Amino acid sequence: MSNIALTRQDFTPDTEVRWCPGCGDYAVLAQMQRVMPKICEEMEIPRENIVFVSGIGCSSRFPYYMNTFGFHTIHGRATTVATGLQLARPELQVWVVTGDGDGLSIGTNHLVHCLRRNVNLKILLFNNRIYGLTKGQYSPTSQQGKRTKSSPMGTIEQPINPLSLAITSEATFIARAVATDTRRLQDILLRAARHRGTAFVEILQNCNVFNDGAFDSFTAASVRDDRSLYLEHGKPLIFGKNRDRAVSLRRGTPEIVNLAEHPDERLMVFNEASQKPGIIQILAQLNEQDFPVPLGVFRSIERPVYDELLREQVETAKQHLGVGDFGRYVNTGDTWTVTPDNKNPN
Amino acid sequence: MSNNPHESGAEQQRSLTQDLDSVIIRFAGDSGDGIQVTGSLFTQDSAAFGHDVSTLPDYPAEIRAPAGTRAGVSSFQLNFSSGEIHTPGDRPEVLVALNPAAVAVHKHELAPGGIIILNEDAFDKIGLAKAKLQNDPREDGTLSEFQVFPVPISTLTLEAVRELGLGKKQASLCKNMFTLGMVAWIYDRPMDGLLKQIDAMFDKKKRSATEPEKYDVLIEANKLALRAGFNYADTIELFASRCRIGRSALPAGTYRRVTGNEATALGFLAAATVSGRPLIYASYPITPASDILHELSRFRHFGILTVQAEDEIAAIGMAIGAAYGGSLGLTGTSGPGVALKSEAIGLAVMTELPVVIINVQRGGPSTGLPTKTEQSDLLQAMYGRNGESPVVVLAPQSPADCFPIALEAWRLAIRYMTPVFVLSDGYIANGSEPWRIPELSDLPAIDVTFPTDPDTFKPYGRNPDTLARPWAIPGTPGLEHRIGGIEKQDVTGDVSYDSANHQRMVDLRRDKIRRIADDIAPIEVDGPENGELLVLGWGSTYGAIHHATRNARARGLSVAAAHLRYLNPLPANLGDVLHRYRRVLIPELNSGQLRMIVRAEFLVDAVGLQKISGQPLHMREIEQRIAELVGAPNAQSDNDTNRQDYTDVEHRTH
Ligand code: SF4
Repeated sequence: MSNIALTRQDFTPDTEVRWCPGCGDYAVLAQMQRVMPKICEEMEIPRENIVFVSGIGCSSRFPYYMNTFGFHTIHGRATTVATGLQLARPELQVWVVTGDGDGLSIGTNHLVHCLRRNVNLKILLFNNRIYGLTKGQYSPTSQQGKRTKSSPMGTIEQPINPLSLAITSEATFIARAVATDTRRLQDILLRAARHRGTAFVEILQNCNVFNDGAFDSFTAASVRDDRSLYLEHGKPLIFGKNRDRAVSLRRGTPEIVNLAEHPDERLMVFNEASQKPGIIQILAQLNEQDFPVPLGVFRSIERPVYDELLREQVETAKQHLGVGDFGRYVNTGDTWTVTPDNKNPN
Repeated sequence: MSNNPHESGAEQQRSLTQDLDSVIIRFAGDSGDGIQVTGSLFTQDSAAFGHDVSTLPDYPAEIRAPAGTRAGVSSFQLNFSSGEIHTPGDRPEVLVALNPAAVAVHKHELAPGGIIILNEDAFDKIGLAKAKLQNDPREDGTLSEFQVFPVPISTLTLEAVRELGLGKKQASLCKNMFTLGMVAWIYDRPMDGLLKQIDAMFDKKKRSATEPEKYDVLIEANKLALRAGFNYADTIELFASRCRIGRSALPAGTYRRVTGNEATALGFLAAATVSGRPLIYASYPITPASDILHELSRFRHFGILTVQAEDEIAAIGMAIGAAYGGSLGLTGTSGPGVALKSEAIGLAVMTELPVVIINVQRGGPSTGLPTKTEQSDLLQAMYGRNGESPVVVLAPQSPADCFPIALEAWRLAIRYMTPVFVLSDGYIANGSEPWRIPELSDLPAIDVTFPTDPDTFKPYGRNPDTLARPWAIPGTPGLEHRIGGIEKQDVTGDVSYDSANHQRMVDLRRDKIRRIADDIAPIEVDGPENGELLVLGWGSTYGAIHHATRNARARGLSVAAAHLRYLNPLPANLGDVLHRYRRVLIPELNSGQLRMIVRAEFLVDAVGLQKISGQPLHMREIEQRIAELVGAPNAQSDNDTNRQDYTDVEHRTH
């Protein structure tokens, strides 16, 4: 690695970016290009060791716009290709860029297994609750009743909850960010980079062409403080422009407590390092209409990482059996020798 | 083939003293009877004794089909010989049957006049009913053309191990060893080899057991049963005399017995060794390919990484990712799995990454016949993807041939930066034969070069000889670039939707594979250089075709054989060879897939021999077809009295 510090420009290729003007993807790209020099410096990773792997969809064009190694794979399978790459080359930092169609419809299976294995990958799931690249069909995260080209009478499907699925899949790092919230997004990207194991980040991203305003009800500047809840490790679940309300889970079901009216309310302190899924599962499933939408890091815990476990087995096997030697291996066991005069020395 | 000593029943029994060239023996019984173990031990002993061997196991798809039923019959056929053999043989000459169902299932395949040694204890009312036999075959005349030797195997086994005080169930599990003892006596085999085999077999189990001592009594029981079987045969002189088969003239060297799947795994291990690149095998369990996963999973101390993927698509995805990272990215499956992997194989074609896919073919379509063999995935390997998507296709011709083919797959994949298919099948995968252990220094080199110079690097620049693009792996400073499944701009590798460029890239991908024809061995002909008939085969039909055509030539027919190990590209001289014969016969375990390719490529009016029964091709089936084509009236290979007729025929047709 060269000693000259990397800059945002080092991660910006001279490729024309082809997302629709105004697409939320631009914001994520910008933050990624900004935070990358920081990641490389802090973690002492040279640029050539950064790889972006994606599937198919608007967001999956992401690797073309990062001046790093990149692999634009096929629909739904980015996690599998990234897994193979990470196992082959554990020194690389491998990012997966996927979307709600790519990662939660055609590729759900791989996502679940990647998370439970805790492969050392950073997964960014761009959720815009619509199929953009195929021009506007409902996605597995579209809200029930959503009218789209393929659901003119409204979808009749229960949407999938990405975070809930990640929790069930035993993910070790789970976060949710809003594409336009630049500072917090950068923070979360940095934390994902640092995490050992699979980091799963849902990024709420506006598709201004096919699903404009999907998240306005809680991300618009005028409402976001009152309608969203920033999770902070070691702090209570307080929200609101005046920080006067809190989500309380004390009575079993979640409720909103007005702190002005109940100054004595004992508030639970949020613990992102908790191994238990209970609290974060409730938070992930809070009803968007009645509760503020939780954002930030839901979980950050340690669990053995897949490639390390695999390599430990290699070391253990070498200790027990000696370093494998092809010639010795094939000549051990049930062999017999045929001599030129064909006298078999049985 | 051997002189058949069992031809005409009882009077000829005494001729068993004669030295034989070869014997085909089949062990059959319930899948819980340890048939595969019996066959395997006897094969190992035969090989170590100096015979050439070839085996054919056959077992039910159900793990535990109901005991005693026909569906639950498991069998193991062994051909051992003093000469060179390439097949487990068409028809067994000896059938060892542990229950009535085994007799019912297998008697049809026994050679006329063949020997049946059966466990008469199993022929009670219940045993017959389970086998759905109305009458006792020992009495109803259905076995009259065979020599039947009833032995109370169950009773004698229990008697033999009584002193050890085992439970009845455990004691009777030793009856396979009792039969093995009898067979050892018949073929004049010393006991010590087999006794050592029993020790070796339990040694493996003991090593991984928590209470290894508990195996000692089982070892003793198995040995007692083995000796008892041997002594019983000796005492009652089961046959009038014993048979002696000479040692085979295999080339000098050290050998071990391998199944096709074992040889495949060893070939991949060798590829990792000679290339110096780590190997990652990602696979989803599927019959009959899972043994490759099992074998490679035992090679952790070689640094081999294996992943049991969540599905077939994940497995190929991981292999592609590993290849992108500079490892040997490998996946293995059977036909249904290939169907799932197709899109990803297309990605490997587009990104021009070296990935090897082994398909251990089985009966299809759909779930089909998981434990039976077929060659019906050739066209799938050739064309089963969207778009113009050429890949290299190789096929081993025998269990031991899986080793060099696995290595060759990697040599080509890396040299040409392309996915390579290996088409094995259930028959090769589970069959076994001796494999001469190579010296590491005799193995072909697999050179790997990763580009490092940013000034000259072009992601889709090509080696002018091979047309391969560079294998540029992440982690190389200055080589940052993007690849993917969208059409690439020639040289730069940028995304391109340009129509002229697409045409050019399609042509380049095609030419790259075509050029490989100059880098592979030309096809060789066994038999006359030109003449009446060429029998062309591929894959596991090699042994049957080889022997059938040799038999035909021995009768004076103008018949040659050639066998394809490279299906794409085809050897450069194939067209030439095909046109040197008046007719071309292509026997296949499918409805004519290679024939379709050959007819299309070379405008040769090839005829076929199609068998799609889940069973391998037999020599006699091929000989019959040869006889039809070259006009001979009858092709009973083991009936030499027809020789005169064949010669006449040849005069007529020339
Ligand atoms: S279709 Fe939507 S998601 Fe896709 S690029 Fe356009 S705005 Fe962005």
